[in-house]
Amino acid sequence: MSLAANQETWGFESFMERNLEKDLLRFTTAGSVDDGKSTLIGRLLHDSKSVFEDQMAAVKKSRINRSTGAVDFSLLTDGLRAEREQGITIDVAYRYFETPRRKFIIADTPGHEQYTRNMATGASTANLAVILIDSTKGVLAQTRRHTYIASLLGIPNVLVAINKMDLVDYSEGVFLKLQRDFDALAKQLAVAHVVAIPISALAGDNVVERGAHMPWYRGPTFLEHLETVPIRMETPSDAVRFPVQYVIRPDASFRGFAGPVASGVIRPGDPVVSLPSERKSRVKSIVTFDGDAPEAFPPMSVTITLEDEIDLSRGDMLVSPAHPPRVSRHFDAMVVWFNAEPAEPGKSYLLKHTSRTVRAKALQIHYRVNVNTLVQEPVSSLQMNDIAYVEFETVSPLFFDPYTQNRITGSFILIDPISNATLGAGMIRADLADQTVADKDRITQEYVPVTATDRYKRHGHFPGLILVEDNPGLAARLERALFDDHFEVFHVSGDALPLSAMESQYASFESAGLVVIYSCAALAPDAKRKLGALAPGRFFDLSDLQVSEDDPDAVRKILSHLQSLRAVAGDGIRNKGN
Amino acid sequence: MADTSKEAVKTSTTNGGDRPASLTPQKINYLRALEAESIHILREAVAEFARPVMLYSIGKDSSVMLRLAQKAFFPGKIPFPLLHIDTSYKFPEMVEFRDRYAREIGAELIVHKNQEALDAGANPFVLGTQKCCGLLKTKSLLDALAEGDFTAAFGGARRDEEKSRAKERVYSFRDSFGQWDPKNQRPELWNIFNSRINKGESIRVFPLSNWTEADVWFYIYLEKIPIVPLYFAKEHNVVIRGGSIVVAYDKWDLLPGEKTQRMVVRMRSLGCVPCTGAIRSTADTVPKIIEEMISFRRSERENRVIDHDEEGSMEIKKREGYF
Ligand SMILES: Nc1nc2c(ncn2[C@@H]2O[C@H](COP(=O)(O)OP(=O)(O)O)[C@@H](O)[C@H]2O)c(=O)[nH]1
Repeated sequence: MSLAANQETWGFESFMERNLEKDLLRFTTAGSVDDGKSTLIGRLLHDSKSVFEDQMAAVKKSRINRSTGAVDFSLLTDGLRAEREQGITIDVAYRYFETPRRKFIIADTPGHEQYTRNMATGASTANLAVILIDSTKGVLAQTRRHTYIASLLGIPNVLVAINKMDLVDYSEGVFLKLQRDFDALAKQLAVAHVVAIPISALAGDNVVERGAHMPWYRGPTFLEHLETVPIRMETPSDAVRFPVQYVIRPDASFRGFAGPVASGVIRPGDPVVSLPSERKSRVKSIVTFDGDAPEAFPPMSVTITLEDEIDLSRGDMLVSPAHPPRVSRHFDAMVVWFNAEPAEPGKSYLLKHTSRTVRAKALQIHYRVNVNTLVQEPVSSLQMNDIAYVEFETVSPLFFDPYTQNRITGSFILIDPISNATLGAGMIRADLADQTVADKDRITQEYVPVTATDRYKRHGHFPGLILVEDNPGLAARLERALFDDHFEVFHVSGDALPLSAMESQYASFESAGLVVIYSCAALAPDAKRKLGALAPGRFFDLSDLQVSEDDPDAVRKILSHLQSLRAVAGDGIRNKGN
Repeated sequence: MADTSKEAVKTSTTNGGDRPASLTPQKINYLRALEAESIHILREAVAEFARPVMLYSIGKDSSVMLRLAQKAFFPGKIPFPLLHIDTSYKFPEMVEFRDRYAREIGAELIVHKNQEALDAGANPFVLGTQKCCGLLKTKSLLDALAEGDFTAAFGGARRDEEKSRAKERVYSFRDSFGQWDPKNQRPELWNIFNSRINKGESIRVFPLSNWTEADVWFYIYLEKIPIVPLYFAKEHNVVIRGGSIVVAYDKWDLLPGEKTQRMVVRMRSLGCVPCTGAIRSTADTVPKIIEEMISFRRSERENRVIDHDEEGSMEIKKREGYF
C-alpha cells in the first residue's frame, strides 16, 4: 500500500473521531405568522453552508416568491404543495444541519392558533426552544402561549430571537425593552434558562455573522448560542426504569427482555424488581449484537437477561428496588387535547404509557389553562388545542414518575378506541393513591382502625427520618421541595426538640406516617447511631449522600434518593399490633 | 425485615461512595444515539403490528436499516420478511447483491413485480417517469402489501432527503388505498407511537427518520456494512441524457442516436437503470465517498430524474402511496 493511501486513512480516522464527538441539539422554533420564522431558518441553513446547492437552484427558479428580496429563504423550508399555495407552514417539519461544533435537529412548528398540537409535538423531544418576537410588534398573546407550551413540555432552554431589528433602526432601546418584557413572562412561567438575541433574519445580522448594524450587542450570535448552550440532560438518576418492549426468545435456552433504558444505569449483578409482579431478580447480562455490554444507560436500547426465570412480558417494567416508581391507577396530569371531538369526564380512552396500553377514564377536569392569559378556568369539557389539568383513572396500574423527573415514564398519549386517532398527550404530575372510592362509604360503615397500610396508601410513601446537620437553610428548602412533591413532611429543629426529646417523640411521627426532617448541630457518631436506630431502613443521613452545599441541584439530588420511600406497597409496611 | 428497607439503608449509606456515576451521566456518541432510537422504533413496531414487513430497496439506507434490524432482535433472527419491489429495470448488481445478502443473513425475501404492466410493455421512455413509477413501483408496492396482508411496512426514508419528507412522521398512517394525507397526520410526541389501525389501513414506519446522508455513510463505515458495488467509482459504459450520466448495459438501453462512452462514475443513490444518474467520481472507498460528500455537497436525489419532473413531484407520488 502506498504512503498516500495510509495518510488518507489516518486523516479520515481522526476526522471521524472528531465528528463523533459532536453533541446533538434538538430544538424547536415557534413564532406567530410572519414573525420571520421561515426566513430565519432558511438563513440559518443557508449561511451555515448546509443548504445543498441544487435545492438552492430549485428555489431560485420557483414560480412563487412571497418576499421581495432576491432569494426567498422561506421557500427552502416550506415543504408541502398545499402550504406553498396558501403561503403558510401548517405542520411540524424536521430539518437537519451541522456545523463543525454540533449537529442540530430542528422541529419547525407553525405558530397558528389552531395548531397548538404541532408545537407540543415539536417541543416534546427538544432541548431548546427558539421563540420569535417581531420587534415591531413586541410580546404578544402568542408569545405567551409558545413560552407556556415550551415550559409545559419541560424544555430546559429558551432562546428568544428578537427579529426584524432592521425595521426599528437596530435600536438597543427597543431590544432592551422587549428583553425585559420577555424576562417578566419567563419568570411567571418558571422558565429557567433564557437568552435573548437581536437579529435580522432578512439581512442576516446576528444570525450566523455578526453584521455591522448592532455594535452595542456583545452577546453570541444566534448560531453561536446554539453551538455552545449546555445541553441539559434529563435528570441524572439512580432510579432504573426499563420498560419491557419486546421479549426475545430465539430458542428455549435464551430469554431476553428488550427495551430502552428510560433512566438509571444498569449493570450485571444489579438487583431489579419487575412490575407489576414485584418479583425480584438480578441482571445476568446486557446482550447486544456487538457483544455483552458492561453497563446500559439512557438513551441506549438493549436486551437484558435475568438470573431467575421470571415471566415478564411487554408492558412490564424492571426497576431498581431502592428507587421504585409510583404504581397507581389514579393520577393527575396536564393534558394537551388535539382532537375536534371534545374530551369529557367519564369517557373511556386508550392510554399508551411507555410500552403499556391501558383503558383510562378522565374523572374530572380540575381546570383549563387559558394559554393566552395563563388564567385557570373551570370547564366541563376540553376542546381542540385546550391544555388542562385532569384527573385520570386507569383499569390497571401504571408505573410512572412525575414528568418533571422523567420525560419517558412521565408521559403518555390518549387514543380513541374506535377511530384510533391520537387524541391528546399527557404529562403526569401527581400520584393519587388508590383510596378515594371507599372513603366516603367508610364513615357509615362500622369502625375500622386506621392502619399503617391505610396511611401508606393515602400518602403514597413510607414514613422516614432525614438528618440535616448544621444547615437549617437546606432543611427548610428540602421541606418545601418534599411538600411540593406530595410528601407528608414535617421539619423539626433541634432547638425546639433536643435529641433526647426527639428519641421519645419519633414513634408518634412514624405512626402518623410522616417524613421528618431533623435539623440540628453536628452530632457525635454515637448520637447519630441512636437516631438512625429510630427509623431502621428509612433513615437518611445527608452527610452520607455527599451532596455539596453550594450545589444548586442539591435538593433535587436528595429528592431522587428519597423516592425510595415510595417503594411498592406490600413490602415493608409495619402495621402496629399485627 | 423486608428487602426493600434493606435496599434503602444501602442507598442512604453507600451512595456517593462506590457509585457516584449517577451524578455524572454516561454518554454515547450521537451516532449510537440515533442507532438506539432506530432500534427502539423497530422493536416497537414489531411488538405491536400483526404483520410487519421491511421494504428492502437494496440501497445504502436499506442496508443500514437491515443492520439495525439484526441488532434490534439479536440473538434472534429478523422477525419479518424483506420485500423488494422489482421493476425489472434494476441494476443487475443490485439483484445479485440482494439475493446473496438475504441468504447470508438468513432473512426471508419476497420479490414482487407488476407483471401485468411489464407484459403490457411499461417503460419510462414511453410512459414518462411519473407514470412508469406509478405502475411499476407504487402500484406494485400497494399490491404486494395487500397480497401479504401486511399491516406495517418499514422504509428507509430519511427526513433530510427531500422537502415533503421533512414533515413525515416516524409512523406514517396510510388509508385503505395506501395513501398519505399530509393534512391529517397523527400527532407524534416523545417516542410514543400510535399503532392502532382498522382493517385495510396500514402504517409506514421510518426508523431512519432522523438520520442524515452523512450519518448513513459514517455508520456504514463504522459497522463495515456491505453495500452494492455500484456506490464505488468504476469505469462504465454511459450515455449523457438530459444532463444526466446514465449507465448503459445493453444496446436496448439506448435511445435512437445515442452513443456510449467509457467513464469512471459512481451512484449516489440506486434506482432503475434508465432513471438513475451517475456522478463522475473516483471515490472507490467509503472514506473517499465521505470526503467527496463533504467537500462537494449536492443533495443526493438530484441524480434521480423523477423528483425533478415537476416541482413537488415527490409529494404527489407520496400522496398516491409511494414511499
Ligand atoms: N424587514 C424584515 N423583514 C423580515 C425579516 N424576517 C422576515 N421578514 C419578512 O417577513 C415576512 C414573513 O416572513 P416569513 O419568514 O415568511 O414568516 P413566518 O410566517 O414566520 O415563517 C416575509 O415577507 C419576510 O421577508 C427581517 O428580519 N426584517
